[in-house]
Order: sequence, then C-alpha cells, then structure tokens
Amino acid sequence: MTEEVILQVKDLKTYFHVDEGLVKAVDGVSFNLRKGETLGIVGESGSGKSVTNLSIINMIPSPPGRIAGGEVIFMDKDLLKLPMNELRQIRGNKIAMIFQDPMTSINPFLRISTQMIETIVLHQGLSKVEAKAKAIDMLKLAGIPAPEKRIDQYPHQFSGGMRQRVMIAMSLSCNPEILIADEPTSALDVTIQAQILDLMRDLTARLGTAVILITHSLGVVAGMCDTLCVMYAGRIVERGATGAVFEEPKHPYTQGLVKSVPRLDRISGDRLFSIRGQPPNVIDLPDCCPFYPRCDRAMDVCKRKYPRTTEFGNGRAVSCWLYTEAR
Amino acid sequence: MGAKARSPWLLFGMKPSRGVLATGVASLRALPEPIRIRAAKPMPEEKDTMTKFIIRRFLSLIPTMFVIITLSFFLIRFAPGGPFSGEKNLPEQVIQNMLKKYHMDEPLGKQYLRYFGDVLRGDFGPSLRYKDSTVNELINRAFPVSIVLGSTALVIACVLGILAGITSALKQNKWQDYSAMALAVVGISVPLFVIGPLLQLAFAMKLKVFPVAGWINGRAGMAAIVLPAITLALPYFAYIARLSRASILEVLRADYVRTARAKGLTESVVIAKHVLKGALLPVVSFLGPSFAGIITGSLVVESTFAIPGVGRIFVQSALNRDYPLIMAEVIILSLLLVMLNFVVDIVYGFLDPRIAYK
Repeated sequence: MTEEVILQVKDLKTYFHVDEGLVKAVDGVSFNLRKGETLGIVGESGSGKSVTNLSIINMIPSPPGRIAGGEVIFMDKDLLKLPMNELRQIRGNKIAMIFQDPMTSINPFLRISTQMIETIVLHQGLSKVEAKAKAIDMLKLAGIPAPEKRIDQYPHQFSGGMRQRVMIAMSLSCNPEILIADEPTSALDVTIQAQILDLMRDLTARLGTAVILITHSLGVVAGMCDTLCVMYAGRIVERGATGAVFEEPKHPYTQGLVKSVPRLDRISGDRLFSIRGQPPNVIDLPDCCPFYPRCDRAMDVCKRKYPRTTEFGNGRAVSCWLYTEAR
Repeated sequence: MGAKARSPWLLFGMKPSRGVLATGVASLRALPEPIRIRAAKPMPEEKDTMTKFIIRRFLSLIPTMFVIITLSFFLIRFAPGGPFSGEKNLPEQVIQNMLKKYHMDEPLGKQYLRYFGDVLRGDFGPSLRYKDSTVNELINRAFPVSIVLGSTALVIACVLGILAGITSALKQNKWQDYSAMALAVVGISVPLFVIGPLLQLAFAMKLKVFPVAGWINGRAGMAAIVLPAITLALPYFAYIARLSRASILEVLRADYVRTARAKGLTESVVIAKHVLKGALLPVVSFLGPSFAGIITGSLVVESTFAIPGVGRIFVQSALNRDYPLIMAEVIILSLLLVMLNFVVDIVYGFLDPRIAYK
C-alpha cells in the first residue's frame, strides 16, 4: 500500500433543515483515504455515516440538506465546488457507490445489461457491443454463473446475494479509484454476507481500488478494513489503524462498542455488555460532548464543550476530554 | 494484498491469540469457497405462456358475460315501471297488442331464452322508444361518433396530463407545480355543464375560432370536435396529472434512482430511462377502464355541444325503460371494460418485467 492520499475530506459539514430545527448530520468530519486502502466508518444508525459519503459525491437531497462547509479534495479538485457536469464525470467513473439494499438499488424495470452498459458507454466511451462484453467480464469476475445469459435478465430473476454481486460488478465496471460501499451486506443474510465481503475485498485488491466501507458491524470492519473511523452524532470520535483501535480503544464510546461484541472465548451465560442510554437527539445539539449522558467517565467539562481532538501519531486520533486533560 | 485476500479471515484483526471475537459474519467463515449458486432454471418460453394466458382470459370472458347478461336482464324487468307505462293512459287493448308485438306477453323465462338467442346472433332487437330503428341501427349510427370524440379526449387528457404530472413532480412546490395542480383541481371539481358553456362562450362566441356546437363526420368536423373533446378531457386530464405526479414523486425517492444518479447519469436520462417507466404504471391501469367510460359517451357534453353520440341515447333508454337498448348498453360497456382490463394486463406485462403470466 502506498502512502499517496487520493481523497481528503476536510472539516465536512452537512446540515439538514427540518421543521423541528437544524440537524447537523455531519459536523466537521475529516479523514484521508490512501490509494488502495480500505477505510471503515462505523457508528450507530443516524450517526452520519451515510450522509458523509453521499456528501463526498455531492448527492445530498437539497432541500432539506445542505453542505454547510468543508472540502472534499479528489484529484486536486474540490468535489463540493465542482460544476454538476464535471461532477457527473466522476460519479460512477472515478468514485462508485454500492448501496445497502440490493433488492431496491437496481432498477426492476430494466435489464441488467441496460443498466451496466449505460455506465460503461457513458464513462469509457465504448460502443454498446464492447460495453456489453466488458459488462459480461465484470459479472464473471463477480462470480455470476453464465453471465452471457444472466446479463439479459431482469433484477427480479436474481437472488439478493446475486444482485449485490451485480451491483459490485456494475460499480467496478469503470475501474473507479474509490468505491464507497454503504452497508453493502446489512440487507443480506449472514451466509451471503461473508461471500460478498470476500468478493469485494478480492476485486478491489485486484483492481487497486480504495474502499470506504460504511457499516455498523465491527466484525465486518475487523475483517475488511485497514483503518477505522468511529462516528458518533455526526463527528468522528476516534480513528486509527484497525488493529490499534481494537487492541486499545481510547474513546469511551469505542470501548463500549468493542466490549459489546460477543466473544467466543467468554464463558457463556454472561450478559453481553451494552452501552446504556439512547443515541442523542441530533436536532439542535448543544456544543457539548454528545456522548456524555451515556459515558461512565463523564466529567463536568464534557457538558460544556466539545472536546478537542488529540493526535497520537500514526493517524490515531481521539476526541475526548480524558486525553486532552491528561496532556 | 492477494495473499491477504485468500487467507482465512483473521478474526478480529491481527492477533487471534488475544481472544477470538465472533460476530455473525465472522463465525460463518467456516464455509470454504463461496458457494456457487447454480444458474436459475431456463425461463419457460415466454411466448408460449403468453398465448396460453390470452386464450384463458378469453375463455373466462364467456361466463362473465353470461352472468352479466342474465343478471341485468332480470333486474331490469323487476324494476318498477315498463316501456309503455307513461303519462298517457293507453287503452288496455293497445298495451296488450304492443306487449304481444314485442313478445313481452310471454313468460319471462321464454323471453330470456329468446333474447339470449338473438344476442348470440348479434341482434339486439328493436328499440321500444325509437320506433323505426333497431338497437343495432341506433348504435351503429351513434357509437362511431362517441368513439371518435372519446378517443380524442382521452389522447388529449393523457398527453397533457402526463406532461403536467412530470412538470409538477420535477418542479415540486414551485410555481409550475402549483399552477398545474390548481388546473387539476379545477378539472376535477368544476362540473362539465359549466366548463362546456364557458368554452363555447370564449372560443366560439367571442374569439370565433371553433363552432359553437354540432357534429360533422370525417375531416370536415375537425374544428367541431375541439371544444367538446377538451371539455370531456378535463376531468381525465386532472386525474392523470395528479396520478402521474404522485407516482413520479414516489419513484424519484426510490433507491434505484439514487443508484442511477450515483452512476453519473444526467438528470434527463435518469428521468426518462429510470423514473418514467415505473412511474407511469398506475396511469396505464387507470387508462383501461377510463377508455371504456369515455367512449360510451357523456350526456352532458353531448347535450351541450349537440353531438349525436351514445351517451344521450343510453341515459334516455334507462329513463324510458327501453329494455333492448338498456341491455345493449350494459353488454357493450361490460364487454369493453373486460376487454380493456385485459389489454391493461397485457401492457403491464410489457412494462413490468416482474409480472409473469400463468
């Protein structure tokens, strides 16, 4: 893996204006993605994982959403300031996405061939015949049996796992630099999940594609990701190399998450740890640490101000007063 | 990288000795290679199932029509009043003679069998009211007029309605949306006997671009058809516009439209290729029955514009207890409805690949 950074997200802020107030769905998120790297973003539902990634290719539905600040630097350009026609040349071409539910993310009214060919023709300038050959190759790579026949079928003729394979083939068909996978396995049953993750890892490694993997499963992150960002209430609370974070989680929230994963070596009958309380209501969130009501080590300062980020080197960083105080 | 990809998953990072954390995904890694799922069974010949479907639907038409004819034949007879009970008090002998002439003095069962035989031969019998015409003659004369007027109106309603629906949906909550939907509310709520005369006043009396009323068969009648067709189209336009707006808005939020955008397609391609096909399905199912309704005439429009269509004849037949004419109307309308729903089903099959004919 090279150290070359291909995507820089700097202080990204995405807000939603809803009737009840302002939702800071993403509030100052920064991270770097290196070439060929797999970056995991974990967090509870509503922590801003998906919004972060939709913001990267500027696909926030507006209104009510609005990218309120920050930069997304890709190939020396700020994607957030790029005119729509230039951005479209990047979407699906340089940065591709896979979505959560393969049953609904592929158009049920169009043949797989139509949907794959349109992207390849659009971005690679191939003829329809060449594009179809390329699409069949991609389906083969994605482990679809008899792709020459299957490509002319409709999505409903595929099972859920097969559809996610099609989705992967479709998204990788233009050799993207970055693949954003938004909970690619959450809608699949467990036996298929492992296969799909294997396939993703295999193909992206072969093509040298960097991956941003959004998930709420720590198991998926452990098996897939080089680096890890933990999100809570729209901000990254901890990041670092996957192994380091799992070995020594620093933020109380990350510690809670790691503790709440079932372990094979623990005596059965023990109650599984769970983080108490509920995720915060993100409407009009005050400037405090949003985790303090659920935190066992909360201090007075946590209620007054959002903690500064403490860097530990090697890309390791934590936003928690525990570490700011210690220094 | 390749070696890493091949090796069994190191559960939870790098040091398995530290305790293996198993999650749902990880614990199932005992499976060796990904299971190759066999290709789905070859699809049965699509054409074959289609033909079978059409034949079966056609056969099911027979019992449907039989029940409709039987039920309405007896229902009409049991309704109070009859064709010859009017204001004038006819002498008993005259009524008896008339009943005898139309075989209405026979027992009801016998009349029913006689009628059924006639219908099978395509003979709807004599009209009891229009004395010198048979029902067939009346319908042959008036029905083409209603078909032309109705189809014109429906084409107008369909084209403008879908365009208005698309515009509204894409410009949701902007002035285009508000004006199109305001027009739709007018179309649904203002009765045709108000719209018709208003159009006559504006376009025929003041602007003098179209004739006030009347009907000429063939090309010469093109100008005369405009105002009645617009009047007749208005409520259908309104309904189609609202229907297509709602369903386009729904499809615009679909995951697969987000996928299409994420692929870098332009917005016009996204709409034309990914949104419209699914969004217009409800419009297709609305069009079937409304086509049957619109070509069987409208009393209001025909009266306002003096058009010799079937709408007026049919309404009067009910008031006059013109039994053979009522029966013909029921048979035509139900046949049209059944057939058009059948056509909708077939069109659906072409539009939505998920529908399989069995």
